[in-house]
Order: sequence, then C-alpha cells, then structure tokens
Amino acid sequence: MSDLHTELKKSIIEQLNLEDMEVSEIENDEHLFGDGLGLDSIDALELIVLLEKDYGIKLTDPNQGKEIFNSINTMADFIEKNRTR
Amino acid sequence: MKGIAVTGMGIISAIGSNLEEIYSSLISGKDGISYPEILATNHTNLPVGEIKLSDLELSEILNLPKAHFYTRTALLAMHAIKELLKKSELAQFPEDTGFISGTSVGGIDKIEAHFYDFQDIVEYRKYIQAQHPGFTTEKIAEYFGLTQTVTTISTACSSSANAIMMGAQLIESGRLKRVIVGGSDCLTKFTLNGFSSLKILSENKNRPFDNDREGLNLGEAAAYLLLEAEDCIKGKPVLGRVKGYGNSNDAFHQTASSENGEGAFQAISKAIKKAGILSSEIDYINVHGTATRNNDLSESVALKRIFGRNVPDFSSTKSFTGHSLGAAGAVEAVFSLLSIQNNEIFPNLNFDTEMSETGLTPVTNFQKKKIRTVLSNSFGFGGNCTSLIFQKDA
Amino acid sequence: MSRKLYIKNSVVIRDSKIFRNEELLLKTNEGLSLSSFLKAIYKEQNLKYPKFFKMDSLSKLGYLGVEILSKGNIADKQTALVFANSTSSLETDEAYAASMKKFPSPSLFVYTLPNIMLGELSIRHELRSENSFFISESFDPELFIGYTKILFQQEKIENVLCGWVDLHNNDYDVFLCQIALSGGTDFNEEELKKLYLPTHE
Repeated sequence: MSDLHTELKKSIIEQLNLEDMEVSEIENDEHLFGDGLGLDSIDALELIVLLEKDYGIKLTDPNQGKEIFNSINTMADFIEKNRTR
Repeated sequence: MKGIAVTGMGIISAIGSNLEEIYSSLISGKDGISYPEILATNHTNLPVGEIKLSDLELSEILNLPKAHFYTRTALLAMHAIKELLKKSELAQFPEDTGFISGTSVGGIDKIEAHFYDFQDIVEYRKYIQAQHPGFTTEKIAEYFGLTQTVTTISTACSSSANAIMMGAQLIESGRLKRVIVGGSDCLTKFTLNGFSSLKILSENKNRPFDNDREGLNLGEAAAYLLLEAEDCIKGKPVLGRVKGYGNSNDAFHQTASSENGEGAFQAISKAIKKAGILSSEIDYINVHGTATRNNDLSESVALKRIFGRNVPDFSSTKSFTGHSLGAAGAVEAVFSLLSIQNNEIFPNLNFDTEMSETGLTPVTNFQKKKIRTVLSNSFGFGGNCTSLIFQKDA
Repeated sequence: MSRKLYIKNSVVIRDSKIFRNEELLLKTNEGLSLSSFLKAIYKEQNLKYPKFFKMDSLSKLGYLGVEILSKGNIADKQTALVFANSTSSLETDEAYAASMKKFPSPSLFVYTLPNIMLGELSIRHELRSENSFFISESFDPELFIGYTKILFQQEKIENVLCGWVDLHNNDYDVFLCQIALSGGTDFNEEELKKLYLPTHE
C-alpha cells in the first residue's frame, strides 16, 4: 500500500469524523459511498474540499466526483495524475 | 371560516424598493439578478439578487443617526415595515401589535465585517451581540416601539413562512389582535461561500423547473404583512386572507429534499385541509422553485402526488428575486397577494425545457386570470417544509 | 376549548450532569471537554447511531437529550417539536467562519442553522410532524406554553416535545420536556421554571 493510500485513509477518517475507525479497516477497493463505507452527499462535498486543500486539485464539475470518489484506489489514481502539490 | 385578514404589506427586494416598483417589475418581466456590487466578495462571477442600496444609503432613507448598530438585515426589515406602516395610514403601530420575524443570517454581515477587529476595537464589540438573530429582531421592534409579543423564528428558508403561520395561529387562538409577520435576510459572504461550497449556486441567471437548471442565485429581501383580527378591521380594505397553512418535516437529510417530496406533500396536504378547500380550488401556486436540481425535482414530485394530472398554473418568482432565504416565504406571500388582488400570474423566467422526470411546465408569460386561491410553498434546510394558502376576501 | 396539559417527562443536561425527571442519571468528570462529555454520554447510554459523530455539538446535545427523554423511541410520530435557544448556531457559525478564510467547509456550513437539529431529530425518529425553532434572549416558559397550547388546540396532537438547547463557548444548557394529555406535573410557568432551574441543588 502506497503512502498516498494511507494518507488518504487517515484524512478521510479525520475530516469526515469516522469515529472509531482505523486505517486498516478501509480496503483500497471498497466503495466509499453506498453500501461500502457509507459516506453521504455532504461527505462528497468535503472530499472536493480535501482535493483542493491537500493536492491543489480544483474540480470544476462536482459530477466528476462520482467516479473519482468510488474507492481509495480511484482517488489515489486521480490524485497521482492531477496533483499540483 | 374566512381566514385571517391581511390588512397591510411592505417589501424591499432586488426588483424594487416598494410595492409599486416591485409590481411593475413583476408585470414587465424585469428580473433583479446582477453581479454583486454592494457585497464585498471575491465571488464576482456569481449572480445575485442584490438590492442596490448601501447600508449608508438605507440608513439615510430611514433617518438614522450616523453611528448606529443596525445590521443590514435590520435595515432592510425596517425599510419594509416603514412602507407597511405608511400604507396602513397609521401614525404608529398600536401598543398591542405583536411582531414575529424570520431570519436565517441575522446579523452575520456585521460579524464578518468586524470579525478580526473585536479584540482590538471596543466599539465593535457591540456587534458581537448582533450575530444572535434575536438581537436583530429586538432592534427592529425597538425602532417601531413594538413591545408586545416579539419573537424570532429561525427555520432556514421557511422562517418567514413560519412567521406568517404563527401569526395567523396567534390571532386565531385569540392571543393577539394584530401582528406584523414576515422576515428579512441580506446577502453575506457567509452564505455566498457556504452555498458555493454546497455546489448549488448557478453562474447564470437561475432557471427554475428547467431541465437544464444549474442551481440558485442568492438574493436579499425583507417583506412583512400586517395580520388583524376581525374586530380590528373596521372597514379597512382586506388585501387577502391567510386561509390555510401546514408545516411538516421531510425527515430525510440535513439539507437535501427527499426524492418523493414527502415533507412538501405533507405540508401542502395539511394546508389544504386547514383551508377546508378542495385541491382543485387552487388557481395558482407560487412554488418554492429554487432552481437547484434537487429542490425542483422533489417539489415537482410532491405536486404530482397532490394534484395528479391537474397541477394548477405555477411559477417560481425566484427567477426575479433570487433566493432570499429566511425572507423568501414573506416575499412570495406578498407576490401571492398581488396575484389575488390583480388577477394576474407573474411568470417563471428563463424557462425553456420541461424536466424529463416530471414534464411539468410553469407559466412563462405574464398572464391575466381570475385568481381566488393561491398556494405558496417554502421549504428550508433541516427539512422544514411550510405551505400557505391565501384567498381573496370574499 | 383547551385541554388540560401535563409535563410527562423532562431532561436537564447541565454542568457535566444529566437529570431525567429530576433524578440524577449521569455525572461525569467536570474537566471533560465538551466533545468528550458528549461522547461519554453516547457510550454510557450504549447508543448505536453513527450519524451522531457527523453532527455539530448543538445537534449532538439535542439528539442525546431526546434519546434519554424518550428512552430511545418516540412512539407518537405526530409529536410536534417546539425548540428555542438564545445563541442560535453561533458555535458552528464561528467554526465555519474560520474555515471560510481558506476553504469554506460544507459540512460545517450545513450546521449553521439551529433548526438542522430538528431535522436530525426528525430523521432519527422518523417524525414528519410540525416543528419550529425560536430565538429568545433567555429561557422563556411563556413562549413554550403559548405555542404548545396553540398546537394542542388546533390539531389532533397528543404530544409536544419542548426543548431549550443552548450552546456557546462550550457552555451548554439543555432542558427538554414532553407535554402530553396526562402526566404527573401541571404544564405551567411555575412548574417549567422549577424543572428548568431546580433550586434545591
């Protein structure tokens, strides 16, 4: 598991107040929304902020989020390709 | 039951500073959506329904001393209530007049302007109180010498609709004879940034109920009605009656409306029941219609559930004013009463294509039509849904 | 025609203590931070509602208070909610305003309205009933009594949940009571004041 994957899991747990959850409990390919981790629409908006704040990526169309935030893997891929910091 | 009499109204919004200006904008299809000029914000690309009067100009119109602690929300409210008072031909409001005001931002404008000065400048600390929405209401009441029941309602975008509902209930139950009800909210960086972070602001003029709607434009406004008990009317003209009301929680999400529009459905059903009318008696609906993807779809679904194939003529006047949050319900109550008085429907601007999901088409051109009964919807964050029914005085 | 109303149950959360119907239910270490205090109640009450951790402190206070008051179940789905406080959502307003300097936080912004708490309670207990949130300078029994009576007068309402949930600078003050057509205590100003601020501490 890359540092970025771990870093993302840590930020998600912290920023989205996933109480009592450990990094090791989130699988790289687990769905973040719906029946996976159970994140909601406001979490999705908070993830958009996280992309901009931590990686300098500004999403112009919030609908892009659906694919990017599918799992830790898809997020990490997108960040690797687009990060400005 | 006749319903509670509305005997006065006053309003200021982006389409005019008084009833006459606003009426003329409504019948000529002139919207008040522009880029921000008064509000100091970096979001200059976001259209808003802004009132083009600075705080200083508003203060001068109201003859206030230079140093005062009225927030913009209060100034707008005072402007609207002053019109109400003037048109009611009263020198001042009688002592037994109650005051119920709805707001969502309260005094946040002053807080954000002075947030970093509080520690250093003692004079500004007075504004710390201003952030309490209650403070704004108290200041307005003080200006008009209102000492009786003074209450602030804070239920987001249905605040002033709830103020109207509560006022009607207080008169109906005999607890008050006369009450000023409505609400006020000004544009702030606080709300502009917040709605922007929720990704529901449009970079173009809002297009309620359109298939390609992109979101809402924030607006600012204040509007108030005077409600009076039967024995106070004494031959005064009655502008219309609050015939029914209903409030219900959508119980779905902090901010989003449910897919089946349950809260809206319940609120409308309760209002119709309270009014003691058939749903087919509704001649026109002033919809909530914020022009967000979520609201307009959810509201459409609720309308179809209530009215089936016979959804009455409807339009969202937020295409004129933007969404003035806590004030919106009262603004649209005034528009509804203007519709009743003049037998007219004001159009839903910027509409082109009906929503694929529900296929509803709003009224897009100014229309003359006999209007006796109007339904007005106001739905707020926190799932708070309110519907009001206004009717022509028999 | 007005029916006789009673205070059926009440809850007070104040100074690291929780009282239910005037009996001390829980007392925590006074040194706990607000968030630790709220979490301690959650654990102690053995609650299972992950949404709790996403709420702001005001909503958490309302949620916990109502769980304790209703023993985890508001059976009457027509129960109306009449809530008030003095400081609105000021605590979260300030946190959101601080986030605005760089990246305005959507999850903070959605809680910058006090009635979001009523939304949370309605979601939790599946209530589609009437609800209202008032701002008043201090605890005002007359406001609760006036509005509650109106609600009982006009509809087939059998229960109203009145709530004063105030929070600023980590100072919390919660008083909840269930108003019904039966119960041990008369619903009037004097009794409300007594329950809100017991003098026998």
